[in-house]
Amino acid sequence: MLQDKDRIFTNLYGLDDYGLEGARRRGDWDNTKDLIAKGRDWIIDEMKQSGLRGRGGAGFPTGLKWSFMPKESDGRPHYLVVNADESEPGTCKDREIMRHDPHKLVEGCLVAGFAMGANAGYIYVRGEFIFEREQLQRAVDQAYDAGLLGKNAADSGWDFELYIVHGAGAYICGEETALIESLEGKKGMPRLKPPFPANVGLYGAPTTVNNVESIAVAPTILRRGASWFGGLGRPNNTGTKVFSISGHVNNPCNVEEEMGIPLKELIEKHCGGVRGGWDNLLAVIPGGSSVPLLPKSICDTVLMDFDSLKDVQSGLGTAAVIVMDKSTDVIKAIARLSAFYKHESCGQCTPCREGTGWMWRVMERLVTGEAEVEEIEMLLDVTKRVEGHTICALGDAAAWPVQGLIRHFRPVIEERIATRKAGGAAPVAAE
Amino acid sequence: MSVRRLDPNQPDSFEFTAENKAWAEGQIKKYPDGRQASAIISLLWRAQKQAGGWLPEPAIRYIADYLDMPHMRAMEVVTFYTMFNLSPVGEHFVQLCGTTPCWLRGSDDLKAVCKKMIGDERQVSSDGKLSWMEVECLGACANAPMVQINDDFYEDLDAENFEKLLTDLKEGRPVKVGPQSDRKGSEPAGQLTSLTKVGGAD
Repeated sequence: MLQDKDRIFTNLYGLDDYGLEGARRRGDWDNTKDLIAKGRDWIIDEMKQSGLRGRGGAGFPTGLKWSFMPKESDGRPHYLVVNADESEPGTCKDREIMRHDPHKLVEGCLVAGFAMGANAGYIYVRGEFIFEREQLQRAVDQAYDAGLLGKNAADSGWDFELYIVHGAGAYICGEETALIESLEGKKGMPRLKPPFPANVGLYGAPTTVNNVESIAVAPTILRRGASWFGGLGRPNNTGTKVFSISGHVNNPCNVEEEMGIPLKELIEKHCGGVRGGWDNLLAVIPGGSSVPLLPKSICDTVLMDFDSLKDVQSGLGTAAVIVMDKSTDVIKAIARLSAFYKHESCGQCTPCREGTGWMWRVMERLVTGEAEVEEIEMLLDVTKRVEGHTICALGDAAAWPVQGLIRHFRPVIEERIATRKAGGAAPVAAE
Repeated sequence: MSVRRLDPNQPDSFEFTAENKAWAEGQIKKYPDGRQASAIISLLWRAQKQAGGWLPEPAIRYIADYLDMPHMRAMEVVTFYTMFNLSPVGEHFVQLCGTTPCWLRGSDDLKAVCKKMIGDERQVSSDGKLSWMEVECLGACANAPMVQINDDFYEDLDAENFEKLLTDLKEGRPVKVGPQSDRKGSEPAGQLTSLTKVGGAD
C-alpha cells in the first residue's frame, strides 16, 4: 500500500487549510523559480521520463503532449487550457483537488504554461462545481497577491496570467475540442482532427488541453524527480492516482493510491469492502461509465492500471470505480448509462445522435424483458455501427458499456426475456 | 440531446443591474480583444441569477447584444447547455442526480421524496418555494446519493435526511451544506485509511 510520504495530494480530504499558507506548509510553491530556471527542455524531458499518462481518461503521455507545442511562437500566442469539466459518471477526484488542494493545480499551471511557451492559461470548470470554482478563484487571487502569477510570476522571469472560466452542464465539453469551442462562446461540439489543438486550438492558436490531475501532479514530480514517480506502479503505468470509489461498498471515498494496486485490495483497504462481503460482488465498472464492466471473476485478480485493464477488454479511464453487489439489476444499471449518453450526445454526428437513442430504447426493453432474444445481437450490431464512426469518443463511450454488459451478462438478459415470455414478471432488484 | 423550448410567458424586457454590468466587464477582460463572445456562458449565468433562476427570452437577446453577437448564436448556446433554465423554477431548485452511481445508492428513494413533497418534475410548488428535476451525474459520486440545490451540493442523503432538508428549506430554517453525514468531504467514513496526519506526511 502507498505510504503517506509518497502521496501527492496531502490535503485531499480538506482537513487542512486549502489556502496559500497551508499549501506552502505542504510543500507547494517551494522555489518554483528554480524549477523554471532548469528550462523548458528539462521540464518536458523530466515529465516524459516520469511516465505520467494523462489522468483525464485517455492515458496519453503528458510529457509527449507538451512536446507537441511549437518550440518558437510564429506570432500567435500559446495557450494552456485545463480541463476541469469533470463529468464522467463515477468520477469525483478533480473536485477534491480544486476545493481542497487548489494551489497544486495553480502552481502546475505556471510550470506547464512555461514549458509550452504559454503566457496565458484557462481553467474550464464544469458549471455545477460552483463552490469549487470559487475556491479555485480564491487560490488564484492569493497567488496573484503573492506575486506567484502575473508579470514575472514567482520571480521566474516568465509572465503568466491564469483565468478561471466555466461551462453550464454539458458532458461533451470534457472532450478537448468541444471544450475549446465552448471557451470561444459556442455550442460545445467537437472539432474534426487534424488539425490538432497543438497547432490550431483556442482562437486558432497552439493550445494544449490537460486534465486537472495531470497538471496538479507536475510540480511534485519535478521536485521529487522523474525516477521517484516512475518507480511507483509498473512500467508504462507509473505513479500514483486518485481513485474515486462509489456504489455498493461500505465506505465510498476518494483515495490516492499507487497505480497497479489490485482492485480487491483497493476496495478492501480503503472502502471497508463490498457491501455484504467480497462474495456478494456482482460486477465493477473500473474506470468511469464509459468503460466496459467486469464480472466478479475478473475483479478477483485484476490490477488497476491502464494496461492490466486493457488486457481484460476494459480500461482505467478516469479510475472511477463503480461497484455493484448482487442485489443490483445490472441491466438497469447499464440502461441508466445509456440514458446518460443519449442525453449528453451533442447531436453533431448522426451515428451518435441516432445511435444513443437506439441503444437506450433497446436497453429499456431488455430491462423489462419485453424483447426478442435476437435483439441482443441487433443491439450489439448497433453498438458496432456507432463505435468508431463519430468525430469524438462519445459514441464509443456510449457503445462500450452496452458491449461489456452483453459480453459478460448475456445469460442474465436471455433469462429475463425467457421469464417474460413465460408470463412471469421480470425480476426486480432491491434498488 | 434534450428538448429545449422557451417558456410561453415572457417578461417584456431585461437589463443588467449596475453591479452586474461592472461584473460583466471584468469577465470580458479575461479574453483577448475581440473575443468577448467567450464570456457568454458566464454572462448568461449571471443573467439567470438576476432573473430569479431562469433565462427569459429578452435576457438572451440582451446578452447577445451586450457581447455584439447575433441573437441566434446566443440562443444556440442557451439551448445547448442544460444548466440554463428556460422556464421559472422554485426558490429552492433541486437538481437530483439519477445517474448510475447515485441510483445504486438509492436516488430513487430521493425521487419519491421529491414527488411527495414537491410534485411532478419541473413543476413549481404552489408556494413557489420548491421545484425539482432529475439531472445527469453531478460529480460527487463518492458521496452518493446527492442533490444540488441552487448553488450548493447536499450529499450522503437518504429519504429521511432529505425530507428534513427540504422541509427546513421550505420553512426558511438554516441547513448544513455538503454531506449530511459525519463526513467532511469524500474521505472514507469512520477511520481514515490514508492521510492520517493533517498537513502532510512528515
